[in-house]
Amino acid sequence: MQRSLSLRVAAFAGFVFLYAPILSLVIFSFNESKLVTVWGGFSTKWYGELLNDPQLLDAAWVSLKVSTISATLATIIGTLASYALVRFGKFRGRLTLGGLVTAPLVMPEVIIGLSLLLLFVALENLIGWPAGRGMVTIVIAHATFGAAYAAVVLQSRMGSLDIAIEEAAQDLGARPLRVFWDITLPSLAPALISAWLLAFTLSLDDLVIASFVTGPGASTLPMVIFSKVRLGVSPEINALATLIIVAVSAVIVVAAWQMQKAAAETR
Amino acid sequence: MSAFLSRFALRGRSLVTAVPLLWLGLFFLLPFAVLAKISLSEAAIARPPYLPIWDWADGVLSFAFNIGNYLFLIEDPLYLMAYLGSVKIALISTAITLLIGYPMAYVIARAPQHRRNLLLMLVILPFWTSFLLRVYAWIGFLKGNGVINNVLMWLGVINEPLVMLQTDFAVYLGIVYSYLPFMILPLYTALVKLDEALLEASADLGARPFSTFWHITLPLSLPGVIAGAMLVFIPAVGEFVIPALLGGPNTLMIGSVLWNEFFSNRDWPVAAAVAIVMLVVLVLPIAVLRRAQSREEEAN
Repeated sequence: MQRSLSLRVAAFAGFVFLYAPILSLVIFSFNESKLVTVWGGFSTKWYGELLNDPQLLDAAWVSLKVSTISATLATIIGTLASYALVRFGKFRGRLTLGGLVTAPLVMPEVIIGLSLLLLFVALENLIGWPAGRGMVTIVIAHATFGAAYAAVVLQSRMGSLDIAIEEAAQDLGARPLRVFWDITLPSLAPALISAWLLAFTLSLDDLVIASFVTGPGASTLPMVIFSKVRLGVSPEINALATLIIVAVSAVIVVAAWQMQKAAAETR
Repeated sequence: MSAFLSRFALRGRSLVTAVPLLWLGLFFLLPFAVLAKISLSEAAIARPPYLPIWDWADGVLSFAFNIGNYLFLIEDPLYLMAYLGSVKIALISTAITLLIGYPMAYVIARAPQHRRNLLLMLVILPFWTSFLLRVYAWIGFLKGNGVINNVLMWLGVINEPLVMLQTDFAVYLGIVYSYLPFMILPLYTALVKLDEALLEASADLGARPFSTFWHITLPLSLPGVIAGAMLVFIPAVGEFVIPALLGGPNTLMIGSVLWNEFFSNRDWPVAAAVAIVMLVVLVLPIAVLRRAQSREEEAN
């Protein structure tokens, strides 16, 4: 059992490594002192400051709008792509589609960002669209790489769906669109939700691509955080991080609990 | 009637494939063509800051390809150093991530079912919180008067604060920390499928634990090792945020070079050339390798 013990210690150390920085981030968000790492007493004043920082609040609002729209677009594109790849067998363009869907996953962000920006600039010179850059171009960029991640989640789920139910509906006279709407979509719901959440999180989190494709006036939350962080640590950012961590953990725990319940019901 | 219906279905099908194909073609594939084109044009003080590579004058189409941007990348050793530096940093961090992630994945895969999900969730949870803020957390940890220095000085291990922030060490730490979940998940997927009877058989036949690990566990988990290594190595090679926040002036990584070329020097053609070389030298080989590997897996 000695071997097992040392393994457990190693794994435990790994978890400490994962959580220690996050924990200190949370603890020091309640620090009275402006010095992030020297304890000066308990205080919630940085949360108040955060709520009175119009720059951060505006950026958060921009980020939420961008992430909601782009995640929705990404889920739609990802669903169509996965449906074609999983269900259509061999068709013309299958190889291209398969390649295009997985390529963004292995592409460094700086390359995606730069090349998309150059496309937007070239398109604007050529046809006048998109006129300038800002939220629209960020949404397009995020929807594109979000679709790739959404497709990964959706493909694995679609692969495990029982096709017999759909065939039965078809035999009973349902049109393809109706089968998709009444049978395929509802049974995909959990995967659709996780795909949407994944695309949403990735969009909310992205600094590099958004920095390339944005224009004047559209600053997302990561951009504002990055410019603040570059000037040094600030307890206000710790407070923001704590709020994000709490929100994300709540969503994940609820989602995991729901999934476990669903799994228990089907068993 | 049925012919009509099947034609209708066929049209529906082509619509389903056309939307993602068009979108990804327009916003993912086409940009690379534009990138390649601009890497061949000359920088200019204009809007946009480059010259066209073709010209239509007096009914004659003339091309002006400018390979100067690529020659520039070869002439200035900065770029070669940055490419090599990125590969070095990405390789070493991938190895460290594997060393830390393997025992964690192993313990999770061998844990009882009910605890397994909880442990997996603990691995995934940090991934869902902001990447930027997780990197930021390390600034507070590594600073001169940061948490680690304070603890070490309080324990009396050191008298002077260690310089950890703005070093390569901090960059390694940041990459390992940020991408650890990407290593653990594929390792876990491979290890959880491992049949425990094989390990018992090996032990019964007198193999030492290490020998069992080396001859049975490791080879069987190799697909997970490769998948995890790629998921860490690829984003690490092009990383910008981590060297920008944790690295020092001597940390040379190609992602930051491209960023500065674009945002500080405003030299779009050179930035495009840096990206194209990165694509051809670093990304394509990995993509080809990955494809070959997934084909092999499908064949098995």
